[in-house]
Amino acid sequence: MDRTFWALADSTRRGVLQRLIDEPGLSVSDLAEGFSLKLPGMTKHLDVLSDAGLINRTKNGRTVAVTIKAAPMREAMAWLNQYEKFWTVSLDRLVAFVEAEDGQ
Amino acid sequence: MNVALPSVTLVRRIKASPAKVWAAITQADLMLQWWGPDAGPTLDVVADIRPGGRFCVVFRLMDGSEHNPTGVYQEVIPERKLAFTWDLPGAAEPISLVTFVLEPAEGGTVLTLTHKRLPDEAARTSHEQGWSGLLDKLPIFLGDRPCPP
Repeated sequence: MDRTFWALADSTRRGVLQRLIDEPGLSVSDLAEGFSLKLPGMTKHLDVLSDAGLINRTKNGRTVAVTIKAAPMREAMAWLNQYEKFWTVSLDRLVAFVEAEDGQ
Repeated sequence: MNVALPSVTLVRRIKASPAKVWAAITQADLMLQWWGPDAGPTLDVVADIRPGGRFCVVFRLMDGSEHNPTGVYQEVIPERKLAFTWDLPGAAEPISLVTFVLEPAEGGTVLTLTHKRLPDEAARTSHEQGWSGLLDKLPIFLGDRPCPP
């Protein structure tokens, strides 16, 4: 989970994921070109995304195809959903509690 | 996908004064009254309301599972702002930060709650800084209760 958010804390890497959602299987050089980066620069970003388990890289002959992996994103969404529910209900109870107390 | 660090933000307009709301989010006996995501009971609260002070809650859900978030108060500005770290010992998830901001409004208070994931390094640093002020109290943490008094 830690590495997921580190990976997502960079706008280029978020952009890469967005492009991979729209166009799965893009090559590393396609991605580098799209973000005006040299191959080594894009490779570094992809290494971070790969370490976080967000992407897969598959070698096809001389090109490397990049695809997105969904599991860590689901984990992030689970975090959000869990705390959204937790605080929504807790705050509703808090509001009811203090307003009732005020009315006394 | 406009996601950096995930965070939840909720806003509530409350027909009660900031002083009342502040009391409800900082006094253990009042926190017991509303804390928790369902109708399950809140079993224990420790709220040492000062920067570096300890936060600890035990609550039980309707499904019977018990949860014990702990943390350290980072910012305490009476009737205005309360921020504390949030750690679930034993859970895989990393430390996060909970912030309550109170603003006086006509007829009451606007409360804004934010719960956000912290970048790893920031989380560790703020957590450790909070804990370092508590070293003199360390022995009381060795008791059996999850939230020692």
